[in-house]
Amino acid sequence: MATITAQTGTERINYLNVRTTVASWLLTLDHKRIGILYLLGITLFFFLGSLAAAAIRLELATPKGDLMTSDTYNKMFTIHGVLMIFFFLIPSIPASFGNFVLPMMIGARDVAFPRLNLLSWYFYMIGGVLATIALLKGGIDTGWTFYTPYSSAFAKGEVSLAIVGVFLVGFSSIFTGINFLVTIHKMRAPGMTWFRLPLFVWAMYATSLIQVLGTPVVAITLLLVAVERTFGIGIFDPNRGGDPILFQHLFWFYSHPAVYIMILPGMGVISEVIATFSRRRVFGYHFVAFSSLAIAIIGFLVWGHHMFSTGQSIYAGIVFSFLTFLVAIPSAIKTFNWMATIWKGRVHWEAPMIYALGFLGLFVIGGLTGLHLASLATNVHLTDTYFVVAHFHYVMVGGAIMAYMAALHYWWPKMTGRMYPQSWAKLAALMVFVGFNLTFFPQFILGYMGMPRRYHSYPEEWWALNLLSSAGASILGLGYLLPAIYLVWSLKYGRIAEKNPWGARGLEWEVVDTLPHPHNFERTPIVTRPAYDYAHPEEPTAIFPAPRPAYVGGGGKDG
Amino acid sequence: MWNIPFFPPTASKEGEAISTLYWTITWLAIFFGAIVLFGAIYLAVKYRASNEAVRRDDAVETDLRLELGWTLIPLVLALAIFGWSAKLYGDIYAPREGAYEVFVVGKQWMWHCQHPNGIRENNELHLPAGRLVKVTVISQDVIHAFSIPAFRVKRDAVPGRYNTVYFTPTQPGKYHLFCTEYCGTKHSEMIGWVYVLPSEEFQQWLAKGAGGAGAAAVGLSLEEQGKQVFEGVGACNSCHMNPNAAVKAPDLRGLFGSKVKLADGRTVVADEAYIRESILNPGAKVVEGYQPVMPPYQGVLSEEQIIQLTAYIKSLAKEQPAGGK
Repeated sequence: MATITAQTGTERINYLNVRTTVASWLLTLDHKRIGILYLLGITLFFFLGSLAAAAIRLELATPKGDLMTSDTYNKMFTIHGVLMIFFFLIPSIPASFGNFVLPMMIGARDVAFPRLNLLSWYFYMIGGVLATIALLKGGIDTGWTFYTPYSSAFAKGEVSLAIVGVFLVGFSSIFTGINFLVTIHKMRAPGMTWFRLPLFVWAMYATSLIQVLGTPVVAITLLLVAVERTFGIGIFDPNRGGDPILFQHLFWFYSHPAVYIMILPGMGVISEVIATFSRRRVFGYHFVAFSSLAIAIIGFLVWGHHMFSTGQSIYAGIVFSFLTFLVAIPSAIKTFNWMATIWKGRVHWEAPMIYALGFLGLFVIGGLTGLHLASLATNVHLTDTYFVVAHFHYVMVGGAIMAYMAALHYWWPKMTGRMYPQSWAKLAALMVFVGFNLTFFPQFILGYMGMPRRYHSYPEEWWALNLLSSAGASILGLGYLLPAIYLVWSLKYGRIAEKNPWGARGLEWEVVDTLPHPHNFERTPIVTRPAYDYAHPEEPTAIFPAPRPAYVGGGGKDG
Repeated sequence: MWNIPFFPPTASKEGEAISTLYWTITWLAIFFGAIVLFGAIYLAVKYRASNEAVRRDDAVETDLRLELGWTLIPLVLALAIFGWSAKLYGDIYAPREGAYEVFVVGKQWMWHCQHPNGIRENNELHLPAGRLVKVTVISQDVIHAFSIPAFRVKRDAVPGRYNTVYFTPTQPGKYHLFCTEYCGTKHSEMIGWVYVLPSEEFQQWLAKGAGGAGAAAVGLSLEEQGKQVFEGVGACNSCHMNPNAAVKAPDLRGLFGSKVKLADGRTVVADEAYIRESILNPGAKVVEGYQPVMPPYQGVLSEEQIIQLTAYIKSLAKEQPAGGK
């Protein structure tokens, strides 16, 4: 059927023009369209979360709390945290780019459960709308961490509604994880062995494991907070026989691994981008692949490092610190292997590569300052100060969002069929890098001096560094606005992209059209080469069996 | 605005050690960070596509020696830092003898500090230089955190739980006191000052009663205040240590620090946490041979009064129980 329509117009059939009604988008089962739907959703929540960030930095531009009331300020950092963590960072790369490219990368026509995939988007959007309603209807001021007994017995506002929103988005995350695990296990094309998989797929596999195993814990934990609020059952409130520290154990049991849900997909993107633009197989492929799994597994055993000063036993602290140092090693392995990939490569300084280099520079600072926090005695001094704020923004924004921007610029031609202006994109990458460092580096210094996080006002002597941080944030904001402008511009005016504009290896570039066919592959490819086979440019990554007789008259276009 | 500090003052013995550790990690981080950041840029420039003057034909796809090198060297360094930091962690959190004891209660949104001689301060804490200090913190409502950056110490004030932290102030001066665990509307106003006084001056301050604006002079010591609660608002003496009481209640003399046999067969040590729980929720741990008849004091006594009561019960530890044990 598809082949018939393909011949009727002048344009080849692709996933965008196959149907164009609104219903065809809202009811789509195509992983690529669901990826685009997610991309629109996370862009919306990223924008809302950024507005809250702007309000925070404006308030902190002066020591006194003079722009808004303390309650408003507390709601602002809660909005910022809730939207950015649950509705942007966690779904960002997996649900948008993972959905879009993962099936293509492994030679599949779709994910294993397309309906579950669409359902996950609806859970995500309903959860997001509920949380936004809660935030608009007076807001909540618990912080994204929802610590008890403040959240369960003291905080006013729509805490329970926000929790239901987060609960739903948690399920969307679980659905995506299940889908990818099954897809990677069962739907790889013939010849696509585990060690021929692109490293992005390995990273998504590790991420999905965490999503499936960790998310139910936070979902139940937050639901218990809502139960305590609604029915007065003392689970976490000590006045009713509960234990507030129990909440922290349960919360961080998910929320620390969640950090790896945010960064592992980014690491996968960086492996793809550095390999493509260095025209070289990722150095130490097996080490990079297994380091993703090591992070996913050890990452489940380090949650107690958020609680070194809460009064948990000293021995527990020592064990959690030890494991935290261990989980740092796989990230170091990846970083050195990426450098070795550039070494003796053939480096093309295109925009995605600049974002990837920016990722390396910022992620390494985020990672290394993790050592200060993994180490027990310095952690006690630095925990809950701006040092922690700076550290996790270097990992989450400098790492995960830099990688997200690299992914956006890398796969944009495949998604939209258009090229964006390279020089503008490079300028934006540079602005983000500079603006980011100006914003967050001073926060390390403030944190070491002891400035607590979530403070609406602060002592006068910390004014200059805070002002610098706020000034940097405005550059950072412009650095994020710029791509929004030129990417939208490119949809109409951008140069038409060729099938493989970067000269990359991999099924999604070598075989799949720009724009992709609704089923990605008209015939199932047989994979014959490992990922990133730049050393053998004459060998295609996949071959196709001779077409069946019934197909000959149909379309006859081989990839 | 232009008086810009870049480092916090370092005013405790433990803080000096933690500061040395901090800077060691920082210099290691700068070293490795520079290798990655400048290394990656250098390589990306040197091996740019247009540069044909570099050798690429000898490139390999993996190298076990390199992989082992950049796995093991960071691992060894990480474990060394781990061991060092664990030792310092014990110094501030593990129990130590001979400390000057201060009790701190956090509540929305103030710090309430009690000295052993009965002096109480709000949002101010006076401490002697050169002497080990033990701070016991608890919260009356939500979780707070008691943080003194100049000493590099911090301890969460958790409702229902005594936490302790140890440090030795060295430099006399005035230092920031913060709440670092988000606790609601006025979290950023839950701040105060720590004054470190030279030993003699501190003794004078203690004797004088109240120097600072936040301090309240009370003639009675902490245990004397506890005795007042015991006999007054708590009315504990209507049963405990009352030979004429209708209800048989355990004798509290010699109790603190001893082992207590419970009705369910368990044995517990009578420490601060046990005494607190037995006041607020007496049914949780009933002493062997007694009936669970004591009313719970949850919501009746404030955390300050419980600390005073505990100090009084502690002072009874030296006395012998009436009937012997």
